[in-house]
Amino acid sequence: MTQKERLTPEEIIQSIKDMFTTNIQDARIEKRTMGKKKTEFYHLWIRLDKTIFKEAVRHLQSLDPALHFAVASGYDLNDTIELVYSFSLYHGVRHQEISVNLTVALLKSDPTIETITDLIPGSLISEQEKQEMLGITVKNIPKNTRVFIADDFPKGVYPWRRDETGPKKLIRILHKVKS
Amino acid sequence: MKTAEKTTYQLPIGPIHPALKEPVMFEFEVDGERIVNVNVRLGHVHRGVEWTGTQRNPIQILYLAERICGICSYCHPMAFSLAVERTAGIEVPERADYLRVIHGELERICSHILWAGVAAHEIGFDSVLFLTWQMREKALDLTEYLTGNRITKGITMIGGVRRDITPDMHPKIQETLQYYKEIFKKLQHVFLDDKTFQLRCKDCGVLSKEDAIKLCAVGPTARASGVKKDVRLDQGYFAYSDLDFDYITPDIYTGEVHGDVYDRIVVRLLEIQQSIGLIEQCLNQMPAGPIVSEPKPLKLLAKLKNVSGEGIGRLEAPRGEVFHYVKLSAQDAPYAWKVRAPTYNNILPWIPMLTNQQIADIPIVAASTDPCMSCTNRVTIVKNQDTSFLDKEELHRMSIQKTRRLQL
Repeated sequence: MTQKERLTPEEIIQSIKDMFTTNIQDARIEKRTMGKKKTEFYHLWIRLDKTIFKEAVRHLQSLDPALHFAVASGYDLNDTIELVYSFSLYHGVRHQEISVNLTVALLKSDPTIETITDLIPGSLISEQEKQEMLGITVKNIPKNTRVFIADDFPKGVYPWRRDETGPKKLIRILHKVKS
Repeated sequence: MKTAEKTTYQLPIGPIHPALKEPVMFEFEVDGERIVNVNVRLGHVHRGVEWTGTQRNPIQILYLAERICGICSYCHPMAFSLAVERTAGIEVPERADYLRVIHGELERICSHILWAGVAAHEIGFDSVLFLTWQMREKALDLTEYLTGNRITKGITMIGGVRRDITPDMHPKIQETLQYYKEIFKKLQHVFLDDKTFQLRCKDCGVLSKEDAIKLCAVGPTARASGVKKDVRLDQGYFAYSDLDFDYITPDIYTGEVHGDVYDRIVVRLLEIQQSIGLIEQCLNQMPAGPIVSEPKPLKLLAKLKNVSGEGIGRLEAPRGEVFHYVKLSAQDAPYAWKVRAPTYNNILPWIPMLTNQQIADIPIVAASTDPCMSCTNRVTIVKNQDTSFLDKEELHRMSIQKTRRLQL
């Protein structure tokens, strides 16, 4: 991929805004420097509607066919569960890589999201993990099994939830446990 | 005439695996000695570290993160630090950035040499295991000299590092680097020129470049398949952007990329040499100045308690990219913390690597990604309803037998 073909952080954000218009809720560029030479690097943060999430990933892949998926993080915010999918574009050339984080909010009344394993097969473990830790459903996931949590862990308990389905009941504070 | 029906057998390996340092479960489908399909299951040592982190303050988390992995005990707290620094807008002093590179590269030397010993052991060269681990001692001694500890270094602080490297410490560092320069040729000869090593490792456990990209492989596993992916270069962090170095792929040494176990050895060995050079550059170019932005931990915690926001920390650990996500919400503890170790991404690439290999190759192929899980030793063979066991020694013996058969 030539320098000309690689988009700048501003162009990446603009291309996503142009493509999805109203479904982008927020987009910001985090610019930092490092070392004595103050070399710049960029992390992009884009908050979007789940209806366009998969298309947005497809769009990133069209910008860089070797798009790298790092991991999906996630947390419980009372009414919603938010997922942060972290990607990076343009690796392989020094100081050209740009991190792109896509944040998607899922309503607890419908905690579902489309799988991206058909675009990036390496996202499977991350999707399985989000299902078991946050109690979301990844639609069309090719392997719908637990990955980190043991099979005998109670059903309906999700370790990263902060509501009644969270792990509270299972927590033992060791110094309070009577032997 | 009735034709015999071709059957395959299920061969579960684990959850305690002979080739690994920690538990993982493989479910192999084998046709005789040949592996037809593989399924991998994880989580046998899931300790809920991320949840625990949401009950601790950021400085306490540094010490928790240090205990995620004994070999990457520097990378995890540092990646967490990077994420917090970016969330809170903390500027790290330039000198600290150089000190951070030195500790990171020293950890890489320790890790790659440790791995080389494990790889030798897996194919039956225990004399090489002892040789490499003896060589590693020098790096551990230096780690102890610089940080006060051999393994859990306790050197990380948000906004810098906890200890300086003063000019009087340089001779000891240079002496150790000189030692590694001298033994490098020997390591190269033992691992790359030996005929048996070549026969066991070449064209074994191949991961194509396409699969490496598709399955999101990281670190030496990806680079050995020709994927130029190294966070130190791709994006940079600490002082890496000031230093002169390049991507290590196997074609630098062999002229071509095969993506096999041998190529993974090549990449790691050359990276030891690269790390020596990076430490030297840091010693020569390190600017004077403070080593931490806020030397008072309580003041730092008070500041972090008022921060809301999110950030990521990406760092090239010896095994590949370590990734930490942190969300702060103006409280004592982070609202969310996600840790992604390199092995998380290097699990799925095991499937194409192991498919069509022989059972005796499982230990070296599995070890070739330098996986990070802990280890004991049990293999169960289930054939119809009958179950028999292969213990660590038996599987290891099969691997050695294969090496013996190859010896000329």
